[in-house]
Amino acid sequence: MAVPKRRTSRSKRNMRRANHDKVTPVQLIACPKCGEPTVPHRACASCGHYKGREIPGAKKASKAD
Amino acid sequence: MRHRNSGRKFDRNSSARRAMFRSLTANLVLHEAIETTDAKAKELRRVAERLITKAKRLGEVAYTAQDKLSPKDKARRLHVARLVGAYIPRFGVRTEKGGDQKKVDLVEKVLLDLAKRFASRPGGYTRTVKYGPRRGDNAPMVLIELIGEGDAAADEGEKKPKKAAAKTTVNSSKKATAPSGTEGVKAE
Ligand SMILES: [Zn+2]
Repeated sequence: MAVPKRRTSRSKRNMRRANHDKVTPVQLIACPKCGEPTVPHRACASCGHYKGREIPGAKKASKAD
Repeated sequence: MRHRNSGRKFDRNSSARRAMFRSLTANLVLHEAIETTDAKAKELRRVAERLITKAKRLGEVAYTAQDKLSPKDKARRLHVARLVGAYIPRFGVRTEKGGDQKKVDLVEKVLLDLAKRFASRPGGYTRTVKYGPRRGDNAPMVLIELIGEGDAAADEGEKKPKKAAAKTTVNSSKKATAPSGTEGVKAE
Protein backbone atom coordinates (compact mmCIF):
# COMPACT_ATOMS: atom_id res chain seq x y z
CA MET A 1 0.00 0.00 0.00
CA ALA A 2 1.26 3.48 -0.85
CA VAL A 3 2.29 5.27 2.27
CA PRO A 4 3.84 8.71 2.96
CA LYS A 5 7.64 8.63 3.00
CA ARG A 6 7.98 11.73 5.16
CA ARG A 7 5.98 13.34 7.85
CA THR A 8 4.33 16.50 6.45
CA SER A 9 6.10 19.51 7.88
CA ARG A 10 4.13 22.24 9.65
CA SER A 11 5.01 24.53 6.79
CA LYS A 12 3.67 22.21 4.07
CA ARG A 13 0.59 21.38 6.12
CA ASN A 14 -0.17 25.06 6.67
CA MET A 15 0.54 25.95 3.04
CA ARG A 16 -2.01 23.33 1.96
CA ARG A 17 -4.59 24.52 4.43
CA ALA A 18 -4.00 28.18 3.63
CA ASN A 19 -5.75 27.87 0.29
CA HIS A 20 -8.22 25.03 0.41
CA ASP A 21 -9.45 25.24 3.98
CA LYS A 22 -9.46 28.97 4.55
CA VAL A 23 -12.47 30.61 6.10
CA THR A 24 -13.51 33.90 4.57
CA PRO A 25 -15.09 36.36 6.97
CA VAL A 26 -18.75 37.25 6.48
CA GLN A 27 -18.90 40.55 4.64
CA LEU A 28 -21.10 43.07 6.40
CA ILE A 29 -22.41 46.47 5.44
CA ALA A 30 -24.05 49.15 7.49
CA CYS A 31 -27.82 49.12 7.13
CA PRO A 32 -28.73 52.28 5.19
CA LYS A 33 -31.81 52.64 7.41
CA CYS A 34 -30.57 52.02 10.97
CA GLY A 35 -26.78 51.78 10.63
CA GLU A 36 -26.53 48.35 12.23
CA PRO A 37 -24.17 45.79 10.63
CA THR A 38 -26.14 43.66 8.21
CA VAL A 39 -25.53 41.06 5.50
CA PRO A 40 -25.67 42.52 1.98
CA HIS A 41 -28.65 41.68 -0.24
CA ARG A 42 -30.77 40.69 2.73
CA ALA A 43 -33.39 42.50 4.74
CA CYS A 44 -31.80 44.00 7.86
CA ALA A 45 -32.34 41.78 10.90
CA SER A 46 -32.54 44.70 13.33
CA CYS A 47 -34.95 47.04 11.51
CA GLY A 48 -36.43 44.67 8.92
CA HIS A 49 -35.90 47.01 5.98
CA TYR A 50 -34.56 46.34 2.53
CA LYS A 51 -34.35 48.83 -0.32
CA GLY A 52 -36.32 51.42 1.57
CA ARG A 53 -39.28 49.32 2.65
CA GLU A 54 -40.15 47.02 5.51
CA ILE A 55 -40.12 43.30 4.81
CA PRO A 56 -42.71 41.42 6.88
CA GLY A 57 -41.09 38.70 8.97
CA ALA A 58 -37.55 40.01 8.51
CA LYS A 59 -37.12 41.65 11.90
CA LYS A 60 -35.73 39.48 14.67
CA ALA A 61 -37.36 40.29 17.98
CA SER A 62 -34.68 39.49 20.57
CA LYS A 63 -31.32 39.84 18.83
CA ALA A 64 -29.84 43.32 18.64
CA ASP A 65 -26.11 42.57 18.76
CA MET B 1 -23.94 13.36 -13.26
CA ARG B 2 -26.75 15.82 -13.50
CA HIS B 3 -25.70 17.29 -16.83
CA ARG B 4 -28.57 19.04 -18.62
CA ASN B 5 -30.95 18.31 -15.75
CA SER B 6 -32.40 21.56 -14.56
CA GLY B 7 -34.64 22.06 -11.59
CA ARG B 8 -34.70 20.89 -8.02
CA LYS B 9 -36.30 17.71 -6.70
CA PHE B 10 -36.86 18.70 -3.07
CA ASP B 11 -36.57 15.04 -2.04
CA ARG B 12 -40.09 14.41 -3.28
CA ASN B 13 -41.56 12.23 -5.96
CA SER B 14 -43.14 14.06 -8.87
CA SER B 15 -46.67 14.03 -7.51
CA ALA B 16 -45.62 15.37 -4.12
CA ARG B 17 -43.54 18.01 -5.87
CA ARG B 18 -46.41 19.00 -8.10
CA ALA B 19 -48.73 19.19 -5.11
CA MET B 20 -46.25 21.41 -3.30
CA PHE B 21 -45.90 23.84 -6.21
CA ARG B 22 -49.62 23.81 -6.82
CA SER B 23 -50.24 25.05 -3.32
CA LEU B 24 -47.29 27.47 -3.35
CA THR B 25 -48.50 28.99 -6.63
CA ALA B 26 -52.07 29.23 -5.39
CA ASN B 27 -50.94 30.96 -2.23
CA LEU B 28 -48.70 33.35 -4.15
CA VAL B 29 -51.58 34.33 -6.44
CA LEU B 30 -53.97 34.60 -3.51
CA HIS B 31 -51.81 36.57 -1.08
CA GLU B 32 -49.49 38.40 -3.55
CA ALA B 33 -46.54 37.70 -1.22
CA ILE B 34 -45.54 34.56 0.66
CA GLU B 35 -42.65 33.49 2.85
CA THR B 36 -40.80 30.35 1.88
CA THR B 37 -37.29 28.97 1.55
CA ASP B 38 -34.95 30.45 -1.01
CA ALA B 39 -34.79 27.21 -3.01
CA LYS B 40 -38.55 26.79 -3.17
CA ALA B 41 -38.98 30.42 -4.17
CA LYS B 42 -36.48 30.06 -6.99
CA GLU B 43 -38.32 27.06 -8.34
CA LEU B 44 -41.70 28.67 -7.75
CA ARG B 45 -40.73 31.54 -10.07
CA ARG B 46 -40.59 29.17 -13.05
CA VAL B 47 -43.93 27.61 -12.25
CA ALA B 48 -45.86 30.74 -11.37
CA GLU B 49 -44.46 32.94 -14.10
CA ARG B 50 -45.17 30.36 -16.81
CA LEU B 51 -48.75 30.29 -15.62
CA ILE B 52 -49.05 34.06 -15.88
CA THR B 53 -47.37 34.04 -19.30
CA LYS B 54 -50.00 31.58 -20.52
CA ALA B 55 -52.67 34.09 -19.56
CA LYS B 56 -50.69 36.98 -21.01
CA ARG B 57 -50.47 35.37 -24.45
CA LEU B 58 -54.21 36.00 -24.78
CA GLY B 59 -53.53 39.72 -24.81
CA GLU B 60 -56.63 41.80 -24.16
CA VAL B 61 -58.85 38.75 -24.53
CA ALA B 62 -57.78 37.72 -21.02
CA TYR B 63 -59.42 40.69 -19.33
CA THR B 64 -62.20 41.76 -21.70
CA ALA B 65 -65.79 41.17 -20.68
CA GLN B 66 -67.35 37.98 -22.06
CA ASP B 67 -70.15 39.74 -23.98
CA LYS B 68 -67.61 41.79 -25.93
CA LEU B 69 -65.65 38.75 -27.10
CA SER B 70 -66.09 36.96 -30.40
CA PRO B 71 -66.95 33.24 -30.15
CA LYS B 72 -63.42 32.43 -31.26
CA ASP B 73 -61.87 34.58 -28.53
CA LYS B 74 -64.24 33.13 -25.95
CA ALA B 75 -62.99 29.68 -26.85
CA ARG B 76 -59.35 30.79 -26.65
CA ARG B 77 -59.95 32.32 -23.26
CA LEU B 78 -61.77 29.26 -22.00
CA HIS B 79 -58.90 27.06 -23.11
CA VAL B 80 -56.32 29.16 -21.24
CA ALA B 81 -58.58 29.33 -18.19
CA ARG B 82 -58.67 25.54 -18.21
CA LEU B 83 -54.89 25.31 -18.59
CA VAL B 84 -54.45 27.60 -15.60
CA GLY B 85 -57.21 25.82 -13.70
CA ALA B 86 -55.51 22.50 -14.34
CA TYR B 87 -52.57 23.68 -12.29
CA ILE B 88 -53.96 25.78 -9.46
CA PRO B 89 -57.11 25.29 -7.41
CA ARG B 90 -60.07 27.37 -8.56
CA PHE B 91 -60.70 29.16 -5.25
CA GLY B 92 -58.70 30.42 -2.32
CA VAL B 93 -59.81 32.07 0.90
CA ARG B 94 -57.94 35.07 2.18
CA THR B 95 -58.39 36.79 5.52
CA GLU B 96 -58.73 40.52 4.96
CA LYS B 97 -57.43 43.15 7.35
CA GLY B 98 -60.73 43.52 9.16
CA GLY B 99 -60.81 39.78 9.80
CA ASP B 100 -63.35 39.05 7.03
CA GLN B 101 -62.85 35.98 4.93
CA LYS B 102 -62.71 36.66 1.21
CA LYS B 103 -63.16 33.93 -1.37
CA VAL B 104 -61.02 34.60 -4.44
CA ASP B 105 -61.37 32.95 -7.85
CA LEU B 106 -57.68 32.30 -8.50
CA VAL B 107 -58.03 31.35 -12.17
CA GLU B 108 -59.94 34.54 -12.90
CA LYS B 109 -57.41 36.54 -10.91
CA VAL B 110 -54.60 35.26 -13.13
CA LEU B 111 -56.55 36.17 -16.27
CA LEU B 112 -58.25 39.39 -15.23
CA ASP B 113 -55.77 40.92 -12.83
CA LEU B 114 -52.30 39.47 -13.38
CA ALA B 115 -52.38 39.22 -17.19
CA LYS B 116 -53.36 42.89 -17.32
CA ARG B 117 -50.89 44.02 -14.68
CA PHE B 118 -47.95 42.32 -16.36
CA ALA B 119 -49.00 43.03 -19.95
CA SER B 120 -46.04 45.31 -20.59
CA ARG B 121 -43.52 43.38 -18.47
CA PRO B 122 -41.43 40.89 -20.43
CA GLY B 123 -41.24 38.18 -17.77
CA GLY B 124 -39.99 38.51 -14.22
CA TYR B 125 -43.32 38.98 -12.48
CA THR B 126 -41.99 38.07 -9.06
CA ARG B 127 -39.45 39.51 -6.68
CA THR B 128 -37.73 37.83 -3.76
CA VAL B 129 -36.20 39.50 -0.75
CA LYS B 130 -33.90 37.38 1.38
CA TYR B 131 -34.21 37.78 5.09
CA GLY B 132 -32.06 35.18 6.76
CA PRO B 133 -32.08 31.66 8.16
CA ARG B 134 -35.08 29.85 9.61
CA ARG B 135 -34.97 28.68 13.18
CA GLY B 136 -34.95 24.90 13.34
CA ASP B 137 -33.15 23.96 10.15
CA ASN B 138 -31.29 27.18 9.29
CA ALA B 139 -32.85 27.23 5.81
CA PRO B 140 -32.45 30.62 4.11
CA MET B 141 -35.88 32.22 4.00
CA VAL B 142 -37.22 34.74 1.52
CA LEU B 143 -40.30 36.77 0.86
CA ILE B 144 -41.49 36.14 -2.71
CA GLU B 145 -44.04 38.54 -4.09
CA LEU B 146 -45.85 39.44 -7.27
CA ILE B 147 -44.59 42.79 -8.41
CA GLY B 148 -47.15 45.52 -7.86
CA GLU B 149 -48.40 48.09 -10.34
CA GLY B 150 -46.42 51.09 -9.15
CA ASP B 151 -43.29 49.11 -8.34
CA ALA B 152 -41.49 49.37 -11.66
CA ALA B 153 -40.94 53.11 -11.51
CA ALA B 154 -40.02 53.06 -7.83
CA ASP B 155 -37.47 50.31 -8.47
CA GLU B 156 -35.57 52.20 -11.13
CA GLY B 157 -35.55 55.45 -9.21
CA GLU B 158 -34.29 53.96 -5.98
CA LYS B 159 -31.60 51.67 -7.32
CA LYS B 160 -28.83 54.17 -7.89
CA PRO B 161 -28.83 56.34 -4.77
CA LYS B 162 -29.37 53.31 -2.49
CA LYS B 163 -26.41 51.45 -3.91
CA ALA B 164 -24.04 54.30 -3.15
CA ALA B 165 -25.33 54.53 0.41
CA ALA B 166 -24.97 50.79 0.98
CA LYS B 167 -21.26 50.91 0.21
CA THR B 168 -20.50 52.51 3.59
CA THR B 169 -18.42 50.06 5.59
CA VAL B 170 -19.37 48.58 8.93
CA ASN B 171 -16.37 50.09 10.65
CA SER B 172 -17.26 53.66 9.83
CA SER B 173 -20.86 53.09 10.86
CA LYS B 174 -19.87 51.59 14.20
CA LYS B 175 -18.01 54.75 15.06
CA ALA B 176 -20.98 56.82 14.09
CA THR B 177 -23.48 54.81 16.14
CA ALA B 178 -21.15 54.01 19.03
CA PRO B 179 -22.52 56.54 21.54
CA SER B 180 -26.13 55.54 21.02
CA GLY B 181 -25.40 51.79 20.86
CA THR B 182 -28.25 49.33 20.61
CA GLU B 183 -30.74 51.68 22.26
CA GLY B 184 -30.80 53.87 19.19
CA VAL B 185 -31.90 50.99 16.99
CA LYS B 186 -35.01 50.29 19.00
CA ALA B 187 -35.95 53.91 19.04
CA GLU B 188 -35.96 53.86 15.27
ZN1 LIG C 1 -31.55 48.18 9.67
